[in-house]
Amino acid sequence: MTDNWGDVLMDYDEVMDRFDPVIGLEVHVELNTASKMWCACSTEFGAPPNSQTCPVCLGLPGSLPVVNGLAVESAIRIGLALNCQVAEWCRFARKNYFYPDMPKDYQVSQYDEPICFDGHVDIEVEGEVFRVEIERVHMEEDAGKLLHVGGSTGRIHGADYSLLDYNRAGVPLMEVVTKPIRGTGAKAPQVGRAYMQFLRDTVRALGVSHARMEQGNLRCDANISLMPKGTDELGTRTETKNVNSLKSVEGALRFEMCRQGEILASGGRIKQETRMWHETGGYTTPGRSKEQAEDYRYFPEPDLVPIAPSREWVEELRATLPEPPAQRLKRLQTAWGFSDRELGDVRAIGALDLVDATVAAGCAPAAARKWWTGELSRRANEASVELEDVGVSPIQVASLQQLVDRGIVNDKLARQVIDGVIAGEGTPDEVVASRRLAVVSDDTALLLAIDAAIEADPGAAAKVRDGKVAAAGALIGAVMRQMKGTADAAKVRQLLLERLA
Amino acid sequence: MASGILQSSAADLASLIASGDLSSVEVTQAHLDQIAAVDGDVHAFLAVDTDRALAAAARVDAKRASGETLSPLAGVPIAVKDLFCYEGLPTTAGSHILEGWVPPYNSTVVNRLLANDLVILGKTNLDEFAMGSSTETSYWGPTHNPWDLTRIPGGSGGGSSASLAAFEAPLAVGTDTGGSIRQPASVTGTVGVKPTYGGTSRYGVIAMASSLDQPGPCARSVLDAALLHQVMGGYDPMDSTSIHAPLPDVVGAARSGDVAGMRIGVVKELGGEGYAPGVEQRFGEAVELLTSLGAEVVEVSCPHFVHALATYYLIMPAEVSSNLARYDAMRYGLRVGDDGERSTEEVMNLTRGAGFGEEVKRRIILGTYALSSGYYDAYYGSAQKVRTLISRDFQAAFEQCDVLVSPSTPTTAFRLGERVDDPLAMYKADLCTIPSNLAGNASGSFPCGLAPEDGLPVGFQVMAPPMADDRVYRVGAALERALESRWGGPMLAQAPRLANSLVVSA
Repeated sequence: MTDNWGDVLMDYDEVMDRFDPVIGLEVHVELNTASKMWCACSTEFGAPPNSQTCPVCLGLPGSLPVVNGLAVESAIRIGLALNCQVAEWCRFARKNYFYPDMPKDYQVSQYDEPICFDGHVDIEVEGEVFRVEIERVHMEEDAGKLLHVGGSTGRIHGADYSLLDYNRAGVPLMEVVTKPIRGTGAKAPQVGRAYMQFLRDTVRALGVSHARMEQGNLRCDANISLMPKGTDELGTRTETKNVNSLKSVEGALRFEMCRQGEILASGGRIKQETRMWHETGGYTTPGRSKEQAEDYRYFPEPDLVPIAPSREWVEELRATLPEPPAQRLKRLQTAWGFSDRELGDVRAIGALDLVDATVAAGCAPAAARKWWTGELSRRANEASVELEDVGVSPIQVASLQQLVDRGIVNDKLARQVIDGVIAGEGTPDEVVASRRLAVVSDDTALLLAIDAAIEADPGAAAKVRDGKVAAAGALIGAVMRQMKGTADAAKVRQLLLERLA
Repeated sequence: MASGILQSSAADLASLIASGDLSSVEVTQAHLDQIAAVDGDVHAFLAVDTDRALAAAARVDAKRASGETLSPLAGVPIAVKDLFCYEGLPTTAGSHILEGWVPPYNSTVVNRLLANDLVILGKTNLDEFAMGSSTETSYWGPTHNPWDLTRIPGGSGGGSSASLAAFEAPLAVGTDTGGSIRQPASVTGTVGVKPTYGGTSRYGVIAMASSLDQPGPCARSVLDAALLHQVMGGYDPMDSTSIHAPLPDVVGAARSGDVAGMRIGVVKELGGEGYAPGVEQRFGEAVELLTSLGAEVVEVSCPHFVHALATYYLIMPAEVSSNLARYDAMRYGLRVGDDGERSTEEVMNLTRGAGFGEEVKRRIILGTYALSSGYYDAYYGSAQKVRTLISRDFQAAFEQCDVLVSPSTPTTAFRLGERVDDPLAMYKADLCTIPSNLAGNASGSFPCGLAPEDGLPVGFQVMAPPMADDRVYRVGAALERALESRWGGPMLAQAPRLANSLVVSA
């Protein structure tokens, strides 16, 4: 089997027969602080290029950084949520390398003194629990964005010219690095994905990041190597970048396992390199070779003072941590009475918080689940937006369900109400009023329609009169068509049977 | 009155302006005229900001006329080393690579000068990115020492010190990384103080070595330096290394000058071989003078000071190599070879090759090497350890003494060109000043006479513990008072008159 890049891929089952995978994930979490890591510039996404810059984040001569205290707090909270130790004293370090998207030509990061270290989280995949050890959580700054114009590749080489937007330069980033994860076997890709999902849910629950992978708030570098079965010598690893969705984490790991397996099996050796994941094609291509390790000449950042979080502060932060995701899941499943599969459906589309908020707004859990996993999820897919951006809020879902419960709208009308809410016509109540969508309860209009239906299909009417109630379906359908769906089917049935009694 | 303006102290000018006996415009114009008259020979200034200076002066005069309370140095002209960002005026750091760059923001020090109504005359010359002890590495050519135009004015802040000695400005601001305020002060017969690290803001000052750089005052008298220190110093939230504490009472100390009962330590390691006889002689006389004023003088040993120069030449270049990376032709300043064909890397290389001078390149290469993987521990790591040892030497010495003293620099002003091809000889000019930068101490240089062999100024260095800057001024003021009464006037009155100078002899 080959992919469309030309790599020969080993069958996944064969990979598993011959090798044990070792994976490692480095995840960059972009924080949602209002201001940047070292200056007061806004971090708002989507502003005109270079409109959110100042001497500090442009690295102008003479400018100096000042640490964003909230970013430090967020880093500590992430670390605590991942069961890490929090450093009593740590420093920032400069990572020196030249690149036009880095205004200072060094990145202020942390090197051998990360703010948090030695943590662990337990990840569950299909009922099996895997412990993922966390190596470190460290703070750093994001770079600007380069847009290469002209040329065929969209890369810096061959471009006619390049545009630079430094709005993102200096936005706080946390890097969460796992230790090598062994013993996951065939579930390695799923463990990677589940870990990523865990991290996304965690930073979201902490409220420290928007955690939108498609906007680059969470960026994953997936490392993987294969060990021939029966050995415990780590193989050469590749680092796959551009892994920007949960699906991609799984896909990229799986792809690399199959690619590496084939190379090793045919006597080749793995090149230590960075690879790029192509989500649409589902394959990786070689990037920068890492065989010659770059020398970043790290040294302690002299423009910043060391960070020494007091133990009291750390304990205060620990005390305010939100409920751990696994514990919360158990609690919600019990409270909602969902089966594993129902809960799984909700989580798979990232609707846990939405359902929770909908239930909190007074909706029955089952109804909340039905709306989010059904109609709303379908619409989000159609519009290619995240579910939470579908245009209907949990509160609106709850009030829509209330309209259904009160018999004011039926399921079909409810979908029209959703149209109206998404179109910005207001709350479900307002949409019902303005679009005149309420189910008709005026018996006169209904009776007229029923009479018309009986007259149009005397055969069916006769059967019903003879006690063959099943024949009423055709008549009810005709009435419903006549009423253009605004009738309550149960009511129609009741009136029809009375008429033909 | 106008005839005495140029020789007047900043303190006197400020009170004459405040009383209305002189206008700030008059004072400013007198200095602009002197710049026009002598700077062709001295070359202290890289840019003169005539229009804004006169406008600022006129505003001060208007404030005074309307009865507003003026700040202590309001209306007094000042020269600013071309390392401080000042909106609207090119800031070059003495380098080709920043040619034409006009900063869009002000350094904190400049903001404080402006907020206190000082009148900025212009930007003064310096060694390229403050790397040198003679101003000879400036891309814009050297500054000449007003005492002898064939000699160096010190460096890197030779422009600031020469502007004072040439009476082109009564005050100047400088920066001191390894002696760039004190050594120029020493060889031009002026006063220069490096405040405690963190005592003045580095925000908006083009960085050389972040852990060592410190802005400070340059003046012709101890009180003037203290008044300027008071204006420019103090906590700045924009500089993380700034100390969040009130400034020591430097002005009070400069007014007092009482050293009776003070314990003064003479550092054994900062003297002897390599020190000019005239320097040692004048230094010794100054120590005797302090003894006669009631100070208790002892000899102290700081054994690790002998490693200070080597330590400095690992830490400083390491920080330089990183701080100067941003000059890459991408965003501002010089861009060489951008023909639409060359790659980004090629343009970066060509620009840095053409834009940096030899000394800057030397230090970037040295620092890059010192930080390299595999060499870090041996070089940068070891240097940091020795730096700690030097700080401990200071701490131990300050347990016995209130201040430490030494010559400011081993020799008087050497000739322009004399050491340009011998970097090590050049570096030795900072032998006495570097330890205070490594430890973050307060330290100042004060005139203590002319060396008999060449008739050139000798500087006396006073070093105090961090946040004890007032002690530096106290000793400096005592010395100044005693020496000036011995000489019958300021030492600069003995300087030869510059051609075209508008200074009128008293």
